[in-house]
Amino acid sequence: MSSVATAGGAGARPWAAVRGRGRRFWLVAGGTLALVVGSILGIAFGSVSVPFGDTVTIVADKLLGTHISSADAATQAIVWDLRVPRVLLAMTVGMALAVAGATFQGLLRNPLADPYVLGTASGAALGAAIGLLIPVQLYVLGFGLANVLAFIGATVSITVVYRLARVTGLAPLTGLLLTGYAVASLLAAGLTMAMYLSGAALRQIFNYLLGSFEQASWERVAWSLPIVLAGSILIATRARSLNGLLLGEQAAAHLGVNVERERPLLLGLASLVTAAAVTVSGLIGFVGLVVPHIVRLLTGPNARAVIPISALWGAVLLVYSDLAARIVGDIPVGVVTAIIGAPFFLVLLRRARTGYEL
Amino acid sequence: MTPALWLDGVTVEARGRAILRDVSLRVEPGERLALIGPNGAGKSTLLRVIAGVLRPNAGRVELGGDDVGDLDRSSVARRLAVVPQQSALPFSMRVEEVVALGRLPHEDALRGARPVDRAAVAAAIDRVGLGGLLGRDARELSLGERQLVLLALAVAQGAPTLLLDEPTVHLDLRHQVEAMELMRDLNEADGTTLVAVLHDLALAAHFFPRLVLLDHGRLVADGTPAAVLTDERIRDVFGVPPTLVRLAAARG
Repeated sequence: MSSVATAGGAGARPWAAVRGRGRRFWLVAGGTLALVVGSILGIAFGSVSVPFGDTVTIVADKLLGTHISSADAATQAIVWDLRVPRVLLAMTVGMALAVAGATFQGLLRNPLADPYVLGTASGAALGAAIGLLIPVQLYVLGFGLANVLAFIGATVSITVVYRLARVTGLAPLTGLLLTGYAVASLLAAGLTMAMYLSGAALRQIFNYLLGSFEQASWERVAWSLPIVLAGSILIATRARSLNGLLLGEQAAAHLGVNVERERPLLLGLASLVTAAAVTVSGLIGFVGLVVPHIVRLLTGPNARAVIPISALWGAVLLVYSDLAARIVGDIPVGVVTAIIGAPFFLVLLRRARTGYEL
Repeated sequence: MTPALWLDGVTVEARGRAILRDVSLRVEPGERLALIGPNGAGKSTLLRVIAGVLRPNAGRVELGGDDVGDLDRSSVARRLAVVPQQSALPFSMRVEEVVALGRLPHEDALRGARPVDRAAVAAAIDRVGLGGLLGRDARELSLGERQLVLLALAVAQGAPTLLLDEPTVHLDLRHQVEAMELMRDLNEADGTTLVAVLHDLALAAHFFPRLVLLDHGRLVADGTPAAVLTDERIRDVFGVPPTLVRLAAARG
């Protein structure tokens, strides 16, 4: 048998250069470059035309504390208080959705799982909407009621979907998608009900349904970015568990993964990250589906690469989607991602096998 | 010498029914034994108890001298590698990427695979003879090849004891024999302690010097194939004419 191995070149260890090691470098380098260019474009372009020189000097002044810019206060506000936070928010949300998608796919062992398809995002949106309807100002650990309820909504909906999908008796793929669909529909009905009852808050709740960065502000960046960063980093440190789960829960346990502890931990972190994204941007679909899938095709399924590279490219995708949305005429960014993502989802569904045996 | 595996009075109950009753078993390092018994005898449950994923209601399980309940999951995985019947992969994965999962119990949580891990994966691929399959999508392999990939994964794990759950169940006769020869070699040449759940009595008798027979959750016989597989036991426990098994054994 060892002759077979030698013939196959195992002696030379051609695979020792782990798949995608070179690709990983280019994905990180390319993603960083794309993010920088996208940010510059995102800050430079908008419905109000600001000369590029002014944009540069305003940002430089704010960052370096200088006073070079000769632009008026209104222009300064447009660049620094609207466009810069908008780009940062797009990055934050893109990162959050891509990381949450990659995590759900790994945990549920399903390439079609993402916060939008599973109804997790709808759960967060409904929670946030209820938070807006309650006329009481409540703060838990410094977070507003809407944010806390969004996290609860996300956690409850993913837990329900996860548990139901395991007991339907249908094929895992079918069970998960049908359960996700049913839960999302129920939550959408709740959201419609919230809009019906809302009165003054209607516009805000409507924004949750659309998914847009129109309401971007430094305040929103300030509270979502730290949660998303912290959550994503914590998820990345659980890469070992996600890798073990590639073989299934039983096999993961045999490989030293404490499945009973890791499963709720990862579900909770992914829900937290989803909720942080949804409360600042509403329902933006398919980012969590498209990005991790393409990354996995290029780097292989090792979570150590998939999680951080998905985070980067999720940010890239939403910065450019938002740019496109603004150029087309301020349409909600959720429309752009749906145009990209829905056909992608259908192609994946068509290619999905019923069983993935090894 | 510290036994590789020691079970003392293990009893497992589920919904008021005893699945394992007072099972005691001692396996020395370097031994090779097959767990046999009809469906529902408790073989799979015993496997899960040994692997520490199921806590017995009574009794004690020791792995390399320590109670399996006191060890964390990674420590268990460094002492005991389990080869499942089959596994499912949700995403496309290359053969070497699957084998590399065997290093998870040794991996640093933050840094990932080190050179020593990659060397162990290379050695395991060589040992099992998977060199020709490198770079292939593991989901597109034949059943026999997939079984070898799972075996290589367990070898890469580097545990002194291998636990196999019906390793030949999906294989045709030639691949069954090849898999058995590889396992015997792992045991005799590398000194790996081997515990395999087997359905095929002829294969078990031919390749294993020690058989352990389970029936209705009880350990009813433990010894050489000749001592365990008496005509009465084959008739009573398995409910088949002994000649069937004898004929099958003759072919090996």
